Amino acid sequence: MTDVLLAVRSLVKRFGAVKASNGFSIDVARGELHALIGPNGAGKTTALNQLSGELAPDSGEIDFDGRRITRLPIHRRARLGLARSYQITSVFDHLTVKENLSLAIVAHNGHSFRFWRKAGDDPVIHRAIEPAMVRVGLEDRADVVAANLSHGEKRQLEVGMALVGHPKMLLLDEPYAGMGPGGAVELTKLIQRLKAEFTILLVEHDMRAVFTLADRITVLVYGQVIASGPPDTIRTNPAVRQAYLGDDLMEQG
Amino acid sequence: MNRRTIAITIGAVALVALPSLASMADEPYLVTLFSRILIYALAAVSLDLMLGFGGMVSLGHAAFFGIGAYVVVILSFHAVEGTALLTWPLQLDGHQSVLVVWPIAVLLAAAAAAVIGALSLRTSGMHFIMITLAFAQMLYYFFVSLEAYGGDDGLSLFSRNTAPGIDLGDERQFYYLCLAALAAFLFFSWRLVHSRFGMVIRGCMENERRMKSLGFATFRYRLVCFVIAGAGAGLAGALIANQTEYVSPGLMHWTRSGEILVMVLLGGMGTLFGPVLGAATLLLVEELLSIYTEHWMVYLGPFLILVVLFAKRGIYGVLAGGNGNHD
Repeated sequence: MTDVLLAVRSLVKRFGAVKASNGFSIDVARGELHALIGPNGAGKTTALNQLSGELAPDSGEIDFDGRRITRLPIHRRARLGLARSYQITSVFDHLTVKENLSLAIVAHNGHSFRFWRKAGDDPVIHRAIEPAMVRVGLEDRADVVAANLSHGEKRQLEVGMALVGHPKMLLLDEPYAGMGPGGAVELTKLIQRLKAEFTILLVEHDMRAVFTLADRITVLVYGQVIASGPPDTIRTNPAVRQAYLGDDLMEQG
Repeated sequence: MNRRTIAITIGAVALVALPSLASMADEPYLVTLFSRILIYALAAVSLDLMLGFGGMVSLGHAAFFGIGAYVVVILSFHAVEGTALLTWPLQLDGHQSVLVVWPIAVLLAAAAAAVIGALSLRTSGMHFIMITLAFAQMLYYFFVSLEAYGGDDGLSLFSRNTAPGIDLGDERQFYYLCLAALAAFLFFSWRLVHSRFGMVIRGCMENERRMKSLGFATFRYRLVCFVIAGAGAGLAGALIANQTEYVSPGLMHWTRSGEILVMVLLGGMGTLFGPVLGAATLLLVEELLSIYTEHWMVYLGPFLILVVLFAKRGIYGVLAGGNGNHD
């Protein structure tokens, strides 16, 4: 834990009387896969939205790669290398795999106030599109409209779009949601590959996946961190077991 | 050649041949009517650019149309009177030349779009519709109260603008000028939607949140799209002032914005060529039905509902086939 990439200090976010984040702090070290778990309503998504910039915290600070980003808008954080993939798959349904990835590519290559040349002829896109498709195994699906992809393929595309900008860190929001068993195995393989290359914060319900993949786990309950550490200590932590009382998923991991 | 290419080619040939056909049929009025159609088509295409590709539903597009028109008439008014429009901070005299007046019309419409867009685009959905409408109505009432330029009654154009080599007073030449303006704007728009910028704009329409998380400053792109659309409407406004040789605040009333919106929906949103068909259909139906009844809207309304319900890409979608494909 020498090199902290993402340092979050005492985030507070209120929605009326509810404190969805109540002094939320987390350190994500460079190179690790850190999982954020917690029962429903624990404030995981709220926390994630504050990290990606979709929600502004009422108080607290977020430092990323040595820079204070608490008040930066989403697109600036994305450009600093903090990439997010969404819980509800949000690829562009009407665009093809190639076009989806092209959008991600141009997002990271200068401005797009280019009104005349056909996008497909843009050298920036031309150069980067093949490797981007290969990386997530979609090179054979280049011209398929995203709406016609399988759920698993959409996930791959979604992750592929996040990867294009060579981010320093990935925020993965419940990638296993709605995934069948076959897709889950594929996805675990994909995340294992990504783990070697990127720092990842994984927010996930699927305990099996979390305990398989995570280097460290932080447990969130009612907007507060109740435990943080390696999977083995989390599994045996009494406070965590209390929070997940009756949830036999903890036993499986 | 696919159906789309055939449909567009037939349309283009028909429009080029129209003045000759009209004189053969001894119906010179047709040329005037179709000039009007081409001008509204230009306004509708400009709206389609932001509506059909940028997802920005504006009910205030006629504001920019009206600004373009007023620029022409006000500058001409001062040219005829021999008075200055402005003496401070810079001396601005009236002018009659297309080469001076039209760029001013386009730039002013674009500038107005930049201001209105910068404020409106902070909202979305229904709020965006209402705020664009509100701005257009503000401009409408501004011109209603502008007594120096006719106020409510509007103002006549003493004579059409002048241009080297073209006589705008000649209906046939004016028609071809309108056709050229429309063709140029269509070509520009077509390039635009397939460019990198166009890709970003279409992405914003589908999922703005995702575009932000990819790293796009979406506001800027949408604003530029809004400004380009406003500039297009400004050009159409400059043309309509010359065509009717008269402007009134009614040109920017919200019902006019609604009409342009209807042209886009009728012809096919997000198709560029569709709005041309939409403009033609709406104005021709209006022309024909108003011979028989002044309540022509009663008949047009149900027709419009049918089109919106059953033809997702409007008339263009039916003619060109391949619903959902704008390439």
